[in-house]
Amino acid sequence: MIELQHLTKRFAGAERDAVRDLNLHVNEGELLVLIGESGCGKTTTLNMINRLTEPTAGSILIGNEDAHAKDPVELRRSMGFVFQAVGLFPHLTVEENIAITPRLLKWPADKITARVEQLFDLVRLDAATYRARLPRELSGGQRQRVGLARALAARPRIMLMDEPFGALDPLTRDDLSADYRAIHDRLGLTTILVTHDMTEAFLLADRVAVMRDGELVQQGTPHQLLAEPADAFVRTLVETPRRRAKALARAMETDSAP
Amino acid sequence: MIAAAFAVLPGYLGQHVLLSISALVLGLLISLPLAIVASRVAWLRGPALGAASVIQTIPGLALLALFYPLLLMLSNFSEQVFGAGFRALGFLPALLALVLYSMLPVLRNTITALVATDPAILRAARGVGMTPRQSLLLVELPLAAPVIMAGVRTAAVWVIGTATLSTPVGQTSLGNYIFTGLQTENWVFVLFGCVAAAALALVVDRLLALAETGLAQHSRAKVIGAAVGLAIVIGASLVPIIGRAGAPVVIGTKSFEEQYILASLIGDKLRDAGFTTSERDGLGSSVIFHALAADDVGVYVDYSGTLWADQMKRRDTPDRTAVLNGVAAWLKQTQGVRDLGSLGFENAYAFAMRRDVAQRYGIHSIADLATYAPNMKIGGDYEFFGRPEWAAVKKAYGLNFAVMRQYQSNFMYRALQDGDVDVIAAFSSDGRIAQYHLQLLSDPRHALPPYDAVLLISPKYAHDRKLIDALKPLIGAINLSAMQHANLMVDRQTDKRSPAEAANWIEQQLH
Ligand SMILES: Nc1ncnc2c1ncn2[C@@H]1O[C@H](COP(=O)(O)OP(=O)(O)O)[C@@H](O)[C@H]1O
Ligand SMILES: [Mg+2]
Repeated sequence: MIELQHLTKRFAGAERDAVRDLNLHVNEGELLVLIGESGCGKTTTLNMINRLTEPTAGSILIGNEDAHAKDPVELRRSMGFVFQAVGLFPHLTVEENIAITPRLLKWPADKITARVEQLFDLVRLDAATYRARLPRELSGGQRQRVGLARALAARPRIMLMDEPFGALDPLTRDDLSADYRAIHDRLGLTTILVTHDMTEAFLLADRVAVMRDGELVQQGTPHQLLAEPADAFVRTLVETPRRRAKALARAMETDSAP
Repeated sequence: MIAAAFAVLPGYLGQHVLLSISALVLGLLISLPLAIVASRVAWLRGPALGAASVIQTIPGLALLALFYPLLLMLSNFSEQVFGAGFRALGFLPALLALVLYSMLPVLRNTITALVATDPAILRAARGVGMTPRQSLLLVELPLAAPVIMAGVRTAAVWVIGTATLSTPVGQTSLGNYIFTGLQTENWVFVLFGCVAAAALALVVDRLLALAETGLAQHSRAKVIGAAVGLAIVIGASLVPIIGRAGAPVVIGTKSFEEQYILASLIGDKLRDAGFTTSERDGLGSSVIFHALAADDVGVYVDYSGTLWADQMKRRDTPDRTAVLNGVAAWLKQTQGVRDLGSLGFENAYAFAMRRDVAQRYGIHSIADLATYAPNMKIGGDYEFFGRPEWAAVKKAYGLNFAVMRQYQSNFMYRALQDGDVDVIAAFSSDGRIAQYHLQLLSDPRHALPPYDAVLLISPKYAHDRKLIDALKPLIGAINLSAMQHANLMVDRQTDKRSPAEAANWIEQQLH
């Protein structure tokens, strides 16, 4: 479904590539998690897929079509994008935010209204309560649900999500990520989700791709990564959840000792 | 006096609002697109803001004044090329100057707000599939709206304030109160004009502030409330000036009280005859003449000697009748201007003395004065001793005074009263000559040029029977003492009257 070939990006004036010779294949219906430390090029990679950033070299195929040959505006309207900073339009109501891409695509009004209703249900927000609110009148979790609904509005086949749950408190975060996995499966989406949280990656992902300093280090199922980490960096990374679970267990024991 | 001020308020306010709104709207139509382009094209920002700031440093009055000669040139040019000119005086120069004045706050705020748009929001706009145009219209401008509105507010207050300065370029505004008031030392009028302009600015500012908070809080009710409020203010102001039919006859005035009184008198006569009229007040001496020749002004009163020397460039001084006839003929032949004739009095430079002093020495004429001059002191205004009239009279009579003093005109009369000077160079129709019962000295050798007040009609109306018939009764009808008295009514400190009231008084004398 998505094929990245020798994808490279160097920003003007930068000394090194933000992304270097990246090759990655995402199958239809797959949820791929892109993981790595801050600044390793995850956002840049995602932005190149819907051409918010133009690559310096390499190519991107979307369903066997060269993304570069398409009109970037059309391309973006055909994909859902959930932003790290949410990026809801502060002057538009929740309803207007969700309806924005269908509106740009000039859907008829009644079709947009019906679609917005569906989306409120899909992201589990009460339409009557939140429809007319402005983004600043929502909690962080509610905002990200609206961001998700907005991205899904025009029935995209592909979802790009940049640390969508990063800024949320742990409970909301678990809630929302479980919800998203269900939506992904139900709608048969193809998703690339960026995170720097390995636990989240393992819980959500069909496959995980690990990046470091702009390069792809390893890709595989969570099992494959745990079983055969490519190097010490990947090993440390994939063992983080288990290490933390152990530390947690120890802490609990000490705590409950007489 | 307050009643007289209220009587002209609808016309002044309507013109003021029409001018301000037009300038603001036109200014926005220019500033907004320019600011949008400048927010995208970084190198344009400096020059655009720089130019707007420089304009801001030009004093309002100077900026307004600059547009008149500029437009006159353009009008003459367009007349040669396209066969049709346009009015270089009044609305157009005032509008253009105010448009320039309105630009800086709107430019600055719009550019600042657009440049400062949150990059995350911009990325989201592109990410959901907006074209750059859609991003601008659906996201960036709505988000910048409160800041832009704050700029519009500043611009509105500046424009409404500066519009009061458009009176001298011939555009009626609330400034007419201030300029007329200053000339006639009518402080009630000055204050009334200031308060009216300030009140208008304040009301508009409050309404725009409401719109601004409405935009910031996404409160449709506030925005609509502000819009309705503005519509009411504008509508109510414009009603009195739009209902009026036909193009008004424009009556011009120079900037002193006698001119305001005569303009009021002319206006009454014309309105009695069914004309609508408007005034262009406080014009410069040369500006007003060119405006008449160009049909920007329809009627005004000038003085024969001024036309003789300044427009015809004549240096000789024949007698009164010869100058009157020469001026009328020249106006008709070279300018197509109709000179209806003298109103019946002169406003000339004349020597004045206290009646008792003149009697003591037996002085009746300047020739008599010459004998005593070497032991006398003379007072003049700041201009007189530098003017050709002084040189001429000095030479003709061999005048030689012991002391020559210059005064601001009020002080000059006081100095004469107090005996600080023995004789002064005054204007013959000045109200204070009547007030202090001064003696004017005759000029047997005709050294001082005659300054008969003549009624001039622009080429457009030169053959308008109805208009000429309406004004004919004024010719030869106002004698010097009547004019002095009317001037005194406006000029004096106690029981001060407005020019309109003084005009009414003259009218009563006519019957
Ligand atoms: N617009 C940009 N201009 C210049 N450098 C950038 C830009 N965006 C990102 N970078 C640089 O590229 C590298 C990768 O950034 P990014 O893709 O945002 O990392 P991540 O999302 O993995 O934290 C970083 O070094 C960052 O500083
Ligand atoms: Mg990032």
